[in-house]
Amino acid sequence: MEIQQSMINFSYTAWIPLIPFLIFILLGLAGNKLKPRLSGLIGTSGLAVITVLSYVTAWLYFFEGGKVGDTYQKITAINTTWLQFTENLHVDLGVLLDPISVMMLIVITTVSLMVHIYSLGYMKGEKGFERFFAFLSLFSFSMLGLVLATNIFQMYIFWELVGVSSYLLIGFYYQRPSAVRAAKKAFIVTRFADLGFLIGILLLSFNTKTFDFITLTSTDGPAIAGSGGITFMGLSVITWSMIFVYMGGVGKSAMFPFHIWLPDAMEGPTPVSALIHAATMVVAGVYLVARMFPIYVFAAPAALEVVSYVGAFSSLFAAVIACTQTDIKRVLAYSTMSQIGYMMFALGVSGYGGHEGLGFMASMFHLFTHSMFKALLFLGAGAIIHSVHSNYMTDMGGLRKYLPITHITFLIACLTIAGIPPLSGFFSKDEILAAAFHHNKILFAVEYAVAGITAFYMFRLYFNIFWGEERHYHHTPHEAPATMTIPLIILAIGAAFSGLIPFNEFVTSDGKAFETEIEWIVAVPSVLIALAGITAAFVLYSKKSLVPDRLAATFKYAYKWSYNKFYIDELYLFVTKKIIFRYISEPVAWFDRHIVDATMNSIATVTQFASFRIRRFQSGQLQKYAFVFVTGIVLLALIFIYLWK
Amino acid sequence: MNAGIPLNYFLILATIMFFVGVYGFLTRRNLITILMSVELILNSVNINFLAFNRYLFPHKLEGLFFSLFVIAVAASEAAVAIAIIINIYRRFTTINVEDVNVMKF
Repeated sequence: MEIQQSMINFSYTAWIPLIPFLIFILLGLAGNKLKPRLSGLIGTSGLAVITVLSYVTAWLYFFEGGKVGDTYQKITAINTTWLQFTENLHVDLGVLLDPISVMMLIVITTVSLMVHIYSLGYMKGEKGFERFFAFLSLFSFSMLGLVLATNIFQMYIFWELVGVSSYLLIGFYYQRPSAVRAAKKAFIVTRFADLGFLIGILLLSFNTKTFDFITLTSTDGPAIAGSGGITFMGLSVITWSMIFVYMGGVGKSAMFPFHIWLPDAMEGPTPVSALIHAATMVVAGVYLVARMFPIYVFAAPAALEVVSYVGAFSSLFAAVIACTQTDIKRVLAYSTMSQIGYMMFALGVSGYGGHEGLGFMASMFHLFTHSMFKALLFLGAGAIIHSVHSNYMTDMGGLRKYLPITHITFLIACLTIAGIPPLSGFFSKDEILAAAFHHNKILFAVEYAVAGITAFYMFRLYFNIFWGEERHYHHTPHEAPATMTIPLIILAIGAAFSGLIPFNEFVTSDGKAFETEIEWIVAVPSVLIALAGITAAFVLYSKKSLVPDRLAATFKYAYKWSYNKFYIDELYLFVTKKIIFRYISEPVAWFDRHIVDATMNSIATVTQFASFRIRRFQSGQLQKYAFVFVTGIVLLALIFIYLWK
Repeated sequence: MNAGIPLNYFLILATIMFFVGVYGFLTRRNLITILMSVELILNSVNINFLAFNRYLFPHKLEGLFFSLFVIAVAASEAAVAIAIIINIYRRFTTINVEDVNVMKF
């Protein structure tokens, strides 16, 4: 398929997912025999090794061997047939390198390494320390396998694996019923969405006769150049399959309406929230759309419209909810949902090639910067929770004196997400808004408002935690140990400066670099609205005041709806419990119990009854048996002699 | 063998022996006697084999050989049966078949 292969042999990249897998097996099988500290160090050092490997790979790919002419190639570093069903139907496992997968390598290994180091401090002394590191390694393996997938079926396999590791880590405190509930909820909701993904894969591969990404996404490949053929409800079958594939992305990335699992997933340990539910796994949906992007643009523009509207709506919806939540991790969870909505939206408004592909580039750029600052926010939140032993901002206030490093890094992260120049969030958000500005003015206005709301709720969080009046603490809050603050500092540097990376040269829709500049007509108003949001938060929350309560009383219904997350959870419960369970499941259960089971039970009862009746025949008297036997023989003989003619 | 004795005589003798054996098998309570009844049944069958062989296929020997097999099997059966009877006697201190009735419902 590829015209040429690179000079550099990239086959060593197979070790990048394999090393965490081996560590998972080691820690999973022998973890309870090792000292907890040792197993933590094994996990962390293994991750350090693959982080170095990933950086080397990125260097080699972007600067040495990834380019042919002016285009970054898709390189199949390694590909083996894993399951061969028939001549044409086989599932491969391999490693595909292209700009987005190499970028994801950097994101995953960096954040994962920071989380590993942080967990050495945060999880110290917890029961199941080695189990935690085993699960983290399993997650790293699955996520790396996902982004390096050479074909859509491999991606699906690893997609489910990240779902499992997410389930295991959310339910890490399995003695706590709420954690178990949250883990189940996350698994079931995403699994339901993955049903759509699977249907999409089957439809797509049935029509294109291939799973392979390079074949699928090449512009003269069967998905794009092939005739659409069948249509259903006015949309081609490729469009339908892409909408179904996107459904999987919606579930994993917690977009409306499958977002309900993400806030509950915060029951897991905070480093897990930082790694899985902020920086890496939840952006898998974005990555999925980006991976299939040429098909969306050329063969399924209607599906791309769906992507942009779902993304835009989710970002607004989540931002509004985030304004009223009081659990700091939940605020961050809704903020994650909102930012991922941004990325989806940016992909949705993008075209293909050159400056048209600005949205694609912006989305990947925002994915990169978001993973840095959101991981930082979560790890900072973890440090705060670690010191005050509460998740609720009503229990916090005035912490800036006690937690100086956490305070500074948290502030940097808040400024970054608000989009204040020259921090990285400014650049990536600006590119997204610029892409939207050229494409769809209404959605641009929505996203512009969301930028302001984002700044407001982030600084509401910030001022409530670090300013305001001091609460009564059980003991004086103290700064976290060095294993926790060092990752914070490193991520803060990343969050501050990653905006200076010229993404337009590296990660673009068609592999070619293009020129971008800051569009002041977009950038200046977005900074202004962010500043307005910060100011509003400052006025309301920096000192103790009655204004927030009065505002909440004035907009009583709006406040209540937002505080209760627009009753989406209740709606789901209503639909499942009151409608599906009552009118479908219960009759089916009744039928099963009273018809199917009853038939089987009556057969058993009749048999048992008959057995009780005839069991006296077995008397233990040998001669009685013999008498019956002889009588039978005589009867048979008579029958054969006189009746058998 | 004397050709003057008709086949029916043999068959009548065999039938009488057979039913005497069956009767003994069903009515006797002593295991040794039951074993003897079984030997009677087997021997009545032997007589049938020999008689039919002699009268129907005088130039062939299958019936004779079959009888030899039956005698061999009967001998080994008697050995096994007596071993079982000795064990039963050790276990229950009786060889009355009505008292050996623990294998039941």
